[in-house]
Amino acid sequence: MATALTTENLPRRRLSQGTRHTINGLLFASPWIVGLLAFWIYPTLASAYYSFTKYNGVRNPQWTGISNYVELFTNDSEFLDAVYNTVYFAVVSIPLAIIFAFGLALMLNAKIRAQVVYRTIYFLPTLVPEVALALVWLFIFTPHSGLIAAPFRAFGMRGPCWLTCAEWARPTLVLLALWIIGQQIILYLAGLQDVPQDLYDAADVDGANFLSKFRNVTVPILTPVIFFHLVTSVIGALNFFAIPYIMTGGTGFPANSTLFYSIYLYKNAFHYLVMGYASAMAWLLFVFTLVVTLLIWRSARLWVFYAGGEE
Amino acid sequence: MAVESSQLPSTLADDQSKRLLIKRVKGMVRSVLIHAGLIPAAFVFLLPFLWMLSTSLKPDVQFYSYPPVLIPSPLQWSNFPDAVTYITFFLYMRNTLTIAVLATVGVLISSSLVAYSLARIPWPGRNILFILTLATLMLPFQVTMIPLFIVFKNFGWVNSWLPLIVPHWFGGALYIFLLRQFFMTIPMELSEAARIDGASELKIYYSVLLPLSKPALATVAIFEFIARWRDYIGPLIYLSDQELYTLSLGIYEYQSQYGAEWGLLMAASVMITLPIILLFFFLQKTFVQGIALTGIKG
Repeated sequence: MATALTTENLPRRRLSQGTRHTINGLLFASPWIVGLLAFWIYPTLASAYYSFTKYNGVRNPQWTGISNYVELFTNDSEFLDAVYNTVYFAVVSIPLAIIFAFGLALMLNAKIRAQVVYRTIYFLPTLVPEVALALVWLFIFTPHSGLIAAPFRAFGMRGPCWLTCAEWARPTLVLLALWIIGQQIILYLAGLQDVPQDLYDAADVDGANFLSKFRNVTVPILTPVIFFHLVTSVIGALNFFAIPYIMTGGTGFPANSTLFYSIYLYKNAFHYLVMGYASAMAWLLFVFTLVVTLLIWRSARLWVFYAGGEE
Repeated sequence: MAVESSQLPSTLADDQSKRLLIKRVKGMVRSVLIHAGLIPAAFVFLLPFLWMLSTSLKPDVQFYSYPPVLIPSPLQWSNFPDAVTYITFFLYMRNTLTIAVLATVGVLISSSLVAYSLARIPWPGRNILFILTLATLMLPFQVTMIPLFIVFKNFGWVNSWLPLIVPHWFGGALYIFLLRQFFMTIPMELSEAARIDGASELKIYYSVLLPLSKPALATVAIFEFIARWRDYIGPLIYLSDQELYTLSLGIYEYQSQYGAEWGLLMAASVMITLPIILLFFFLQKTFVQGIALTGIKG
């Protein structure tokens, strides 16, 4: 930073404006250029290399070719469980999250009293540290005796086994994840408030009813927000870690049904110390994320509507 | 009535008031329906908090009582001092605060400098750097997790706070993006005028840009502070000495050692959640703007 000042103080004639801009641009960006190299580019390349090795983090990595990848797909049922659970979670929870967040934002957008109060309440769960959220959920979802069992007990039923049996654990986590859609609600709400009123007025003149206004005005204008939500939540769902990890201690209990991809990866890296193997998992995740994101980007042409083009 | 009336103006007025009435009734029905949807949703969203708070004031015997007790009597206030003692709450709070404050200061300084370079200085490489910055947002943290751990281990930084603080002094991609977008909205003429006056870029940065960007900087500060306050996986990977634990890790470890002491655990949960909720209430506007700002580009 001190150098930036010095550069400026140099006689102007010596350096053209373009050169000065380049020097200053690089200096101001230098923390991030270093950070990018040290914390992003180098580790990404290193992890690609580790993924082809046997490596316990202490002794030097030993080159083993693609054997980690082969092992993952042919000889690791836990890996396949983790993939299944994670894909299940993403495929079920993302559409539900879009529907609920959009729906609640639509209702909030109607000029009603206490809008800010509602918005605040919906946003609160996103602020809670995951530890607190996971613990209170664990307590509420105690089968047969937790708060969640109360309505079932009222009818003399036992209710589902929630997080303690394999067939319910996955849907329960999907349900729980729907609590954390406050950010998306705010995004949709912001998007809705940007819909130009004259579009609705024009639709009124054409005699459009509520549904057709929703379908032909509201949804198209909101597609960029849905797109953003989709892209970010795919990444979020594939990285789902803290909540299931805290709730189960990372065990994947019951019957590996809560063993998510990130949890299994973490365990491989830091419990079993097979860091090459875990790196292979990380790279598979990276490639998968890229492919899915790319597909969504490509599909955007077909369904995302940009009013007046992008910036 | 309108038909019988011979006076045209009054017919019109009648019609108008009738239409107004219909419109008002329609509006009322609509808002009742909307509240009928919003209120149950609000209840569902609030339930974990209410139950957390309620349990934090319950004696052991009431944890699973049926029908559920929302307001326990007597109130078991002792859960709070117990949580502070047994979970060593203040130690963990001091640790968490130290990490969160240092990381936030670092991310603010570095990200704003970088965003300034990307938004306000025309230099050849800046578009490539910007694209790289956005690309890192697509990268799952698991990809860099293992090599970074090895690097920090070689530095002797494992089991210290450094891996949780130092990287933030080199900028955060999301914040650089957010601040860049904000800096771009500030008229270029301000910078050009200052340059003509002979001001250095550093001077323009701190005396022109920063004062005009307080809302965006506040957003970055709050987001980062809360992210570090809530962070779980970072401390989980790097901290093994109990004296270094953060609140999230400490509470988790307590639960995994001593199990379902729900009164204590919920008291601790209330205590780590409350500060953020208070922060949110006071700075609600900054939050909402910030979220909208990160989501502008679809």
